[in-house]
Amino acid sequence: MITFVSALVVTSAFMLLVDRHEARIRQLGSWLGPVFLLAGASTGLFLAPPERHMGEVQRIMYVHVPAAKIAMLFYLLAFVLAITSLWTSKPRWDDRMVAAIEVGVVLNALLLVQGSIWGRATWGVWWDWDVRLTTSLVMFLLFVGVLALRRMASSEDRRAQWGAVATIVAFIDVPLVYFCVRWWRSLHQVQSSPETVDPMMVLPLRLSLAGFLLLGMAGLLWRARIERARRSSDETPLPEKALMEETANA
Amino acid sequence: MRVVWAILSKDLLLEWRERARTLSVILFAAVTLLLFSFALGPDVEALRAGSPGFLTLALLLSSTLALNESFRLEREDRALEGLVMRPVGATGLFYAKALANAILLALLGPLVVALAVVLYSLEVGPGQTVGLIGCWMLGAAGLAAPGTLYAAMTSRLKTQDVALPILLFPLVIPVLLGSVKAMDLVLFGDAMGQLPSWISLLVAFDVVYWTVCGVLFRFAVEEGE
Repeated sequence: MITFVSALVVTSAFMLLVDRHEARIRQLGSWLGPVFLLAGASTGLFLAPPERHMGEVQRIMYVHVPAAKIAMLFYLLAFVLAITSLWTSKPRWDDRMVAAIEVGVVLNALLLVQGSIWGRATWGVWWDWDVRLTTSLVMFLLFVGVLALRRMASSEDRRAQWGAVATIVAFIDVPLVYFCVRWWRSLHQVQSSPETVDPMMVLPLRLSLAGFLLLGMAGLLWRARIERARRSSDETPLPEKALMEETANA
Repeated sequence: MRVVWAILSKDLLLEWRERARTLSVILFAAVTLLLFSFALGPDVEALRAGSPGFLTLALLLSSTLALNESFRLEREDRALEGLVMRPVGATGLFYAKALANAILLALLGPLVVALAVVLYSLEVGPGQTVGLIGCWMLGAAGLAAPGTLYAAMTSRLKTQDVALPILLFPLVIPVLLGSVKAMDLVLFGDAMGQLPSWISLLVAFDVVYWTVCGVLFRFAVEEGE
């Protein structure tokens, strides 16, 4: 519940602040993100105690759990951006939506790889048809499908509209997939809470979470900027583009 | 409502007159069932145990064939744009098209279930047959709504045949799981009383997607401003 409320707060803050403070958020994320990630990794590797049953392999959680939470956050952000893009028909929301999906997909891929490594060490198998693993894989495929659809669309308008429609449909599907797989079978342990673990385990988790969030936001805004540049380059008529290139070369 | 009915009856009439799509979908589903038995070998017990999955996969695979074709006529001479501009609007068009697809897929049910009974040596009573067909119909409805939405988009792509399964298959995993489990419980008994949960999941999926896709359809067929 707290995670969901935090995700809503971050999403609302992003939507309210992004237009006015885009450059500032991008810079902040680019500089502070790696610092927090490094701090999280160092404390997770050297300060946090090993887990009683799993031992050293548990340390992967300091990157695995933040990757999972921040990937979900970026999918939620993409969903809100998709609705905004359809509502306003403004290209900048579409640029941000595709950037949010791409960041989410990268984190989701990271999550699957980390989960697989952890599963091999703990369960003895690279993959198990557990609810969270299966839901994460389906989520990954759903949003990769959205990116593929955007690539296939021929015009900017179609790309924006179809991308937004597919994002909304994909996001709504996630809870249904989660529940049906949970009823199907489950092996993954339930989440721990900060009250039940050593404080030195909570610290690296929170530092990594902040690192992933800041770096993800920076990635989103850099990618949106590239998308904006591509769009304006595509929209510039060819003679003008040639003239601009000539001027730049001179 | 009258216009929805007009488009629906137009689609069904065309289907009846042409019959090519219906026949090819039936044949495709039959071939799929046959191929599963070759893939698994002549082990009757294994075939029987896997039959709920095979039936659902036959529905899923043949649905892409039916859905890919559902906008073929509207693609010619840009008829889709004309339909969207009619007073019925995009939402009415969606419900007419999705209903036509759902009916076509649902009609497959009795035929494919009968074929599965023969091929996989299923021992089913009248109640189980009705149950199996009911599960098939709920699955068909769950595939028809998102399938129609995506088919409307992908029908305007050169890569239509590839794009539709890529988008649709991960999305309909709840339908796939719900149908397989429900059919399994119908066929082999439901000692723990789980059937209502799986039927609820299928119904929930159907309700959510028939609503959401109906709302979003206009963005899939109308050009941006």
